[in-house]
Parts: sequence; structure tokens; C-alpha cells
Amino acid sequence: MAMGSFFKRLAQGLQKTAASIGGGFRRLLGRRVDQDLLDELETTLITADCGLDATDRIVARVKDAFAQREVTGDLLDFVKKEMRGMLEQGGTALASVDSPPTVIMVCGVNGSGKTTSIAKLATFLSKQGKKVLLGAGDTFRAAAVDQLSTWAERTGSDIVKASPGSDPASVAFDACSAGKSRGADIVIVDTAGRLHTQAPLMKELEKIHRVIGKAIPGAPHEVLLVLDATNGQNAILQAKQFTKSVGCTGIILSKLDGTAKGGAVISIHEQLGLPVKFIGIGEKADDLEVFDPDAFIDALFSSM
Amino acid sequence: MFESLTQGLTSAFDRIRGTTKFTEQNMRDGLKEVRRALLSADVNLEVADRFIKRVEESALGRDVLKSLRPSEQIVQVVYEELVGLMGPVQPAIPLRRSGPTVLMMCGLQGSGKTTTCGKLAKLLLSQGQHPLLVAADLQRPAAIEQLKTVGAQVGVPVYAEANLNPVQVCAAGIKEAEKTGKNIVILDTAGRLHVDDALMKELESIDKRCNPHQCYLVADALTGQDAVNSAKAFNDALSLDGVILTKLDGDARGGAALSIKDVTGVPIKFVGMGEKLDALEPFRPEGMASRILGMGDVLGLVHKAQQAMDEDEARKAQEKMEKGKFDLSDFYTQLQRVKSMGSFKGMLELMPGMSQMLGDDDDPEGEMGRIEAIISSMTEKERAKPEVIDHSRRRRIAKGSGTEPHEVNKLIKMFEQMRSVMQGMAKMSMMDRVKMMMGMQKTGALQGLAPLKQKERSKRGANISDDDRRKARKAEKQRKKSNRKRHRK
Ligand SMILES: Nc1nc2c(ncn2[C@@H]2O[C@H](COP(=O)(O)OP(=O)(O)O)[C@@H](O)[C@H]2O)c(=O)[nH]1
Ligand SMILES: Nc1nc2c(ncn2[C@@H]2O[C@H](COP(=O)(O)OP(=O)(O)O)[C@@H](O)[C@H]2O)c(=O)[nH]1
Ligand SMILES: [Mg+2]
Ligand SMILES: [Mg+2]
Repeated sequence: MAMGSFFKRLAQGLQKTAASIGGGFRRLLGRRVDQDLLDELETTLITADCGLDATDRIVARVKDAFAQREVTGDLLDFVKKEMRGMLEQGGTALASVDSPPTVIMVCGVNGSGKTTSIAKLATFLSKQGKKVLLGAGDTFRAAAVDQLSTWAERTGSDIVKASPGSDPASVAFDACSAGKSRGADIVIVDTAGRLHTQAPLMKELEKIHRVIGKAIPGAPHEVLLVLDATNGQNAILQAKQFTKSVGCTGIILSKLDGTAKGGAVISIHEQLGLPVKFIGIGEKADDLEVFDPDAFIDALFSSM
Repeated sequence: MFESLTQGLTSAFDRIRGTTKFTEQNMRDGLKEVRRALLSADVNLEVADRFIKRVEESALGRDVLKSLRPSEQIVQVVYEELVGLMGPVQPAIPLRRSGPTVLMMCGLQGSGKTTTCGKLAKLLLSQGQHPLLVAADLQRPAAIEQLKTVGAQVGVPVYAEANLNPVQVCAAGIKEAEKTGKNIVILDTAGRLHVDDALMKELESIDKRCNPHQCYLVADALTGQDAVNSAKAFNDALSLDGVILTKLDGDARGGAALSIKDVTGVPIKFVGMGEKLDALEPFRPEGMASRILGMGDVLGLVHKAQQAMDEDEARKAQEKMEKGKFDLSDFYTQLQRVKSMGSFKGMLELMPGMSQMLGDDDDPEGEMGRIEAIISSMTEKERAKPEVIDHSRRRRIAKGSGTEPHEVNKLIKMFEQMRSVMQGMAKMSMMDRVKMMMGMQKTGALQGLAPLKQKERSKRGANISDDDRRKARKAEKQRKKSNRKRHRK
């Protein structure tokens, strides 16, 4: 699937649905910006997991700017512009260092899609001609190493692994060293899922982060947090805590191929300046796309 | 959080003090506060709005009691309605008298199905049953190895056959159970999106071919607004018999519990409280209601602490609590027990007052160490009677524990608060416990509410003959099909 095509397809599909029920945003044209309309806007945003605070702010701005005026194309542009402002800065480019390897550390709560996202990233980067090495840093979950090994094979990536139960920090260290000696361009380190409230496990993650820096000064160059798009407001707490512990540099928003919209990233971006870099749209290795804020916002409003 | 709900409610409602009845008008602002609380706990918007209506209807026309603040009265109604909607509890898994009982697990990707299969197997094994796990996830890389590892960890055999399709694996697994004399079969299916037609059809095929006696949805407690969409679709496709809510060991407020129960009517049976295979607990609507309202789950804590103690110890602690004789030594013992159970902060947050000991940024283990150090620097007498701790004793304890005198003071204050809460709660009814937790006066003003009607559940039962079941299912199928079409628009 070509880049950006998912959102296009999504928007097209949704446009069809919207058109069939007479609408999308266009349905609102000619209506007055009254309480009913503001309520609809609120419903749309909350249902997309944007959260009360972000929703209130957007609705208030619309109210201030448009109260009692007729809806024209301006309203749509206004809302989108407001929201783009909440999402834009940061950019989606991945860090890349002069003397490889560039090290990417991947973290997140249990089952969010870390390992699969790593497979997708490996595919994405190999397509750019990069030599990728994976570090099997989840030594805890049953068969996590096997899972990543399978992906390494399928994506043609090198892998460094240790037996289950061994110290994840030393696996990470070994992966970085191997990355250097084997001339990899990119090392991606997998980590076990952990809830951000589990202090000992967050300490462990900090240690992994530290040890990577010992193997390669300045590394990890990217710390990507994998957030499940079906998650609600807890995603904000996850982002805060993971960022505090290991200084996340970006988000991979996984599982956007379902009906969830992942609106929590708006507050996350606002509060932490943490940009979404990629979205996950399936279980296969090429189900990854570079984040496109416009398309994301379009999809958010597709039901309005 | 809960503080903010009560505060919001107080200011919204106390204006109407002195009026005699709740009306739509005088409740409007207060109910908005309740709605905000629900939405920030990730309760689905439509569900929240329906819920608010119920609360309104339930409160409407009630007398505004002189003895209670109107805001308190509304919180009580909210709490009761929440508990009522999320209950009743049904943690038992109905087993057939002869032939294997087949349990099918389903859900979205990564929700915790495989882990939960292991947890259920372990639970059933400990109840003297003979489970067999069946690896029907052929989608996710290494899913079979994962289930095999989990099976080995709990000592339950795993049936796997990589060359069959998922439907065949399930059918073969059930045969295998019959052959080897296992009385429970747990089918671990692949995760799938509710909008993935092909994979939903596959689930329906397994359902049709294997006729599972119980079908459970494994849902992630971190889920937001979308919980209703997926739960409804799985229920339409399979008519679920139960829900297991995972990852409740974190700080998710868990509004998904209410959303899922509301749209499916299916009872929530268990909650997943960790990655370990014994971290499965029966669902308690009371705890969940407090959690959604942001009140902390005090009873959950007491329950946990008691689990970690042996029975004798637990009984003694309970007696002491009732008599208000629970002292710092007992607390210390409990802390030691609780310590073996994982996240301290999580634990402490369940205790009224105690969470104030911890700031947002604090290192809970470290803080815990300080609390322990303070108590261990006390004499027996001081632990039994903290009130004897005067200025000079406080300084001594602080010195001995490497803390500050004001910290010693704070701990004692917190402990006394907690002790009085515990004493009260050990003796009280559920509702009183909640009132207590919220710092309310006991008034006896509460009117019982009629239990809420349960939605009619699936016909799947353990003791219905296979033939009847087939018939019932056929009718059900038709209904489901038309439902699913509707769902997909
Ligand atoms: N539909 C869908 N499923 C995904 C996506 N990303 C991951 N998954 C699935 O989610 C489950 C958990 O993924 P995994 O990578 O093992 O998560 P981890 O525990 O965070 O490493 C697996 O079944 C994956 O196939 C996605 O973007 N869309
Ligand atoms: N913290 C926590 N993690 C859980 C719980 N249940 C499952 N997990 C974790 O969630 C992740 C996905 O679980 P898994 O059983 O593979 O999910 P499946 O894809 O639905 O089979 C794993 O990392 C599990 O260890 C729970 O109750 N609490
Ligand atoms: Mg993983
Ligand atoms: Mg699984």
C-alpha cells in the first residue's frame, strides 16, 4: 500500500458513507452555529477519544469565532486549522546519525503493538536500503523472543537475542555492540510491555535506556512510544510517565485500522509536544504509514 | 479526581438546599459534573448520557433530605446505579456434568486473551478440574509457542496443530480432550478487529462447529470510547456469556466496564490484575464503581491484604480492625505482606489518605521504605499506641529512621485516619462504607432501589441438552446475522 493511501482510502470510504446519509461536514452547511451544532461537535470529538479538556477548548473556540453565524466552508477550515495547530510541530522524520548505527528504542504498555511495529519499521527502513538489526529486549513475555525472531526472518533483518528471562539491558547492550561491529545502519530495541504505574519495571526501562547510551554514546537516538489507538484517556498518563522515564521522542499510533480514532494523541501533543510519527493500520509488516495530521483530522470528523 | 467530583457537585447542588424535591432544573448543573466524571473515566458518551438520564429519573421527585447535602444524595444515587448496572457478579464458570465444557475466548488484538487462558486454566486446575488449552491463534507469530509456554507454566497441557486451520484445530482439540479425559477445553483464538469480516466469520465458524458452552470476551481496561463498538460486534456475532477485563492493575479508570456491560448486558466475570498467571480476580461492581468515580477501592485493598495473609492472621486483623485496635505493628505486618504483591503505589492509592503520603513524582518503593523505616524505629509501645509519641519521641524516631520529624507526624496522622476508616468499614454495609469513604455522615437516609432488570442472556447453559442448544443457537444465529448487518450499516 502506498504511503498515505490508507487515509485516502479511509476518507473515500467514509465520504461515501457520509454522502449516502447526506453529509459529512458538508451536511452542516447553511446551518446556524447554535447549541445543537456545538453539541454535535462535542460528541464527535469526545467519541474520538479527544478527551474533555481538548474538546472543551475546541468547542469554545468555535463558539467564540462563529456563534450564531451561518456555517460555511470557513468553519470546517477553522476547526481543522485549530486542530492541526494542536498536532503539527515535531515532524515525523526519524533521527539519523552521522556514524551509524542509529538506535531506536521502542516502549509501551502491554499488548500495544510494539513488536509488530518494530517489524513494520524494519520493513519501512529496509525499503530505504537501510541495514536493520533487531534487539530482542522483551525477555519476559512468553515466546516474545520467538515472535521477534519470526519477524526478523520475514523482514530480512539481523537479530540479537538471549534466552528468556535474561537481563533485557544486556540484550540491548549486545544488540548495540553487534550493530556497530556488523555495520548495521539501524538498531531497533524491543522491550517488554509494562504499565507506566509499575515503578520497578519503569526503573528497568530506564536502565535499558542508560545501558544503550553506554554502548553507543548519544543513543538511543529515538525513543518511540507505541500507543494503542483504542485506548482512551489513559494514553495521556502513559505518554507522560514513559516520557518522564525515558524521554520519548515520538509516537507510533497502532491499530488505527479499527473503528477507534486515537484522539488522545491531541492532548498528548499539546501537553508534551510529543509528535505522532507513524500509524499502524494492520498486522502485516507493511501496515505502517507516516503520520499525516490532515488526513488524521479528516478521519476524526468523518462521522460528523 | 473524586475530590473534584464532590466539589463540583457540592457547588452545583448546594444551591438547592432548602428546596424539598429534586427537579430537572435544580439537578442540571450537578448532573453535568457527574457526566464529566464519567467521561474522564472513558465511559462511552452515549452510555454516559443514558446513565445520567437514569440517575435523573431515579432522583427525580425524591425528597431533598434535610439530613444530607443534596450533592451527597446524588452521589449515592450515582453509585447505586453504577453498581446496579455493572452487577450482578457471576464469577463461577458453569461446567457440564458429563463431557468436556468448552470455553472460547475472543477479543481484539493484544487484549490479553492468551494470558487470560493461562490464568483461567490455573484457576480451574486449582479447583480440581482438568483443563486443556487449545492453540487456535495461527495468525500472530509465535502465538502457539506463547500458549505452550503459558501452559507449561501452569502445568496444563496444550493442544496445537500448525497444519490445520483454526476451526479444525478447535474441533480436534475438543476430540483430544474427550480422548484424554479432560473436562474443560479452553480455546485461545487469534485477536481480530470487529470490522474484519473474514476473521469474524472464522469466529462464527468455530462457534458453529464447536458449540462452545461459554464464550468470553477478553477486553482491555485501557480502552476508550471504542469499547462499545467492538464489544457489541463480538456479542452480536457470538452472543457472549461473559467478559473478562484485563490490565486493571494500572491506573485506568476503567469506564469501559460500564460501557461494555451497558451495550452487551453480558456479566463481567473476572478482572486481570497483572501479567502473572495468578493475577485473576472475580469482578466486583462496587470496586469498579468507586474506581470509575475516582474514589479508590478501599475494599479491594483490604481484600488483597487479606489474601496475602494466612487465614488466621486475616481473621485476627479483621477483628482488630473492627475493634479499632489495629495498630502500627499490624500495619507493618500488612505492609510486608502487601509488598510481595507488586505495585506499592497502586496499593497505597487504594487506601484513603495514604495516597497523600505519595506525591505524583515520588518513588513509591522509596517512600514505602521510609514508612517502613519509621515504623521499625518505633518501640512496641509506640506502635501499639501512637498517641504516646511526643515531641522528643518523634525526634528520636526520625533520627533512627533517617527521616524528618514532620514525616513521622504525617505518618501517624495518616495512620489514625486510616484506622478509623478501617474500623468503620469492617463493620459496615457496602453503602455505608462508601459514605464513610466520602467522609459523609451516616444518616440511614438511603432508600433501597429495585434491582435493575438484566438483559436476557444467551441460551447457552451447561445443563441444556445439546439438541435444545442447537435449536436455540439457530434462532440466535438469525438474530445475530441481522444485527451484524445493521451494525456494519
Ligand atoms: N489490527 C491491528 N493489529 C495490530 C496492529 N499492531 C499490532 N497489532 C496486533 O496486536 C497484537 C499485539 O501486538 P504485539 O506487537 O505483540 O504487541 P506488544 O506486546 O506491544 O509487543 C498482535 O496480535 C498484533 O498482530 C495494528 O496496527 N493493527
Ligand atoms: N498488566 C497486565 N498485563 C496483562 C494482563 N493481561 C495480559 N497482559 C499482558 O498483555 C500483553 C498481551 O497479552 P496476550 O495474552 O498476548 O494478548 P492476546 O494478544 O489477546 O492473546 C502481554 O504482554 C501480557 O503479559 C493484565 O491483566 N495486566
Ligand atoms: Mg512484544
Ligand atoms: Mg494471543
